Amino acid sequence: MERVIVCIKPIPDPKEWHLLRMDPVTKTLIREGIPSVINPLDKHALEAALEIKDTLGAEVVLLSMAPPFTKPVLREALAMGADRAFLLSDRVFAGSDSLTTARILAAGIRKIGEFDLVFCGNFTLDGSTAQVPSQLAECLSIPNVMHINKMELKKEGGLFLTQQIESGYVYLEAETPILLSFTKKANKPRFISFLEMLEAEKRDISVWNNSDLGLDESSIGLAGAPTKMADLLLCQKKRAGIRIEGSPEEIAQGLAERIYQWGIL
Amino acid sequence: MKESKTCQEIWVFAEQRVGVLHDAGLELLGKARELAKRYNSRVSAILLGKEVEGLTGILMTHGADRVILVDSIHLGNYRLMPYVSVLEKACRQHDPDILLFAASSMGMELAPRLAARLNTGLSAHCIDLQLDEDGKLLQMVPGWGGGVVATIKCPEHRPQMATVMPGIMRKIEGYDRSGEILKLEIGEILDTSGPRVLKVHREEPCGMPLEQAEVVVAGGWGIGSSEGWQLLEELSVVLCGAVGATRPAVDEGWAREDQMIGQSGKIVRPCLYIGVGISGMMHHVVGMDASNHIVTINTDPKAGIFEVSDVIIVGDYKAIIPALIEEIKKKQA
Repeated sequence: MERVIVCIKPIPDPKEWHLLRMDPVTKTLIREGIPSVINPLDKHALEAALEIKDTLGAEVVLLSMAPPFTKPVLREALAMGADRAFLLSDRVFAGSDSLTTARILAAGIRKIGEFDLVFCGNFTLDGSTAQVPSQLAECLSIPNVMHINKMELKKEGGLFLTQQIESGYVYLEAETPILLSFTKKANKPRFISFLEMLEAEKRDISVWNNSDLGLDESSIGLAGAPTKMADLLLCQKKRAGIRIEGSPEEIAQGLAERIYQWGIL
Repeated sequence: MKESKTCQEIWVFAEQRVGVLHDAGLELLGKARELAKRYNSRVSAILLGKEVEGLTGILMTHGADRVILVDSIHLGNYRLMPYVSVLEKACRQHDPDILLFAASSMGMELAPRLAARLNTGLSAHCIDLQLDEDGKLLQMVPGWGGGVVATIKCPEHRPQMATVMPGIMRKIEGYDRSGEILKLEIGEILDTSGPRVLKVHREEPCGMPLEQAEVVVAGGWGIGSSEGWQLLEELSVVLCGAVGATRPAVDEGWAREDQMIGQSGKIVRPCLYIGVGISGMMHHVVGMDASNHIVTINTDPKAGIFEVSDVIIVGDYKAIIPALIEEIKKKQA
């Protein structure tokens, strides 16, 4: 096992999503003032890679497509124990959908070079399409498996995988190279010490733009994305909200009466 | 690419594992029938598997005019690479306008890979689908934990592909068309690469399926303990309902993964939803806000869940639920 590439997505901190606003004219989301954090499941992908590094000494390389201001997020991932980090950043990448994102990440991976494994989080919290892992694997012409709860390396090479499905599990046997996307059940991401964080501040992150990747501009970003956004709505969900007050017994009586009136009992 | 302002062929991927059709595929057939009205489209279910011809009848009564059947010993267990190669071939031969998948564990893995291979667009976890006046599919996609809904189009590439949240669309039954079966021969080109399936382990779901329950009692992080969770179970028993949960409650180990309600779990719309100790994060709310009657109990008077509630109770569930169980028993007596 020589190299594991881990895809990291910096996302706006979910704790601050109430600050999200929409530009009524351009119908784009305004994320201003919301700090970026590592997409939570990506930490599980990284932990899985670091466990391989710990046992077999593989190099762990981080890859991200994001604006340059998200570098601190990659530094945090470096602090966890990754060896190198590459940030793919260019204005022509903006407006990408999952397919064009996959094309750009695939070009980044090809430029990094040979690899045995590519790891992703099973989905990101912001866009939540969960489409990039499968599409990235297709762009790299390697197999992939989603929903990985457990991964075990075989001594003679290859992997045993446990995949979560609706009504149970699928046990699989796989060869490298392969792309895997992990659920939070896969492992417990390691803690980063303050010292490790300080140390990572000094680490270099290579930034590649499209002249480094050499992709046809009509195949990436907004121009290349087959899906187009026609409209965007912030959801306003509201109901009347009648309060029932009093002692627990009074509340219980009032509520039971309503449930009865609704024809449920 | 077809230029016509119409929509002739709507395909639904009829997902099955070990010979059992996934309900979400049948729900999609219901939605496809509704979409088919506008341009008098033909609805096809595409079914892959080994010895699965017996399932074609169910697909037809649920709305398929035609079942495209690919039956092969190589398709016994679902495997991504062979499935993608077969679906790719079927799409290239027959050129559907629309292809729908359930946003299930299988659909989430399969649809994106197929879309990339066909160089077409795919939208994820749709909560609604409509056709516009040009015969194009409008795909309503929730994002940001459900706080935002985007309408996505795929104007220039075919097929227009979408995955749809299980539980959102309505099944129809007794569609009385005696449809045709088109058997697709796959021949030699089947891609058999990728991981091998060693074993499929299925867990029998216990109790009433959450999606079918008329009453859902759901609990969140505010329940605080597995003893507290027991009270929810007791309440659901007297109401002949099922117990659902938020992500934090599943993480705490009080509830199982398959009890989770929300964007990454199940969509429920029972007659009565009772939410206890739930703060009301959007990704839970999208899974329950279509319920007929919503009652919520929380100690925090500012809980966000109250915004989407018909009846609000500020108080301690540990005192209220035992009293409620007694009152319900009295009414039932």
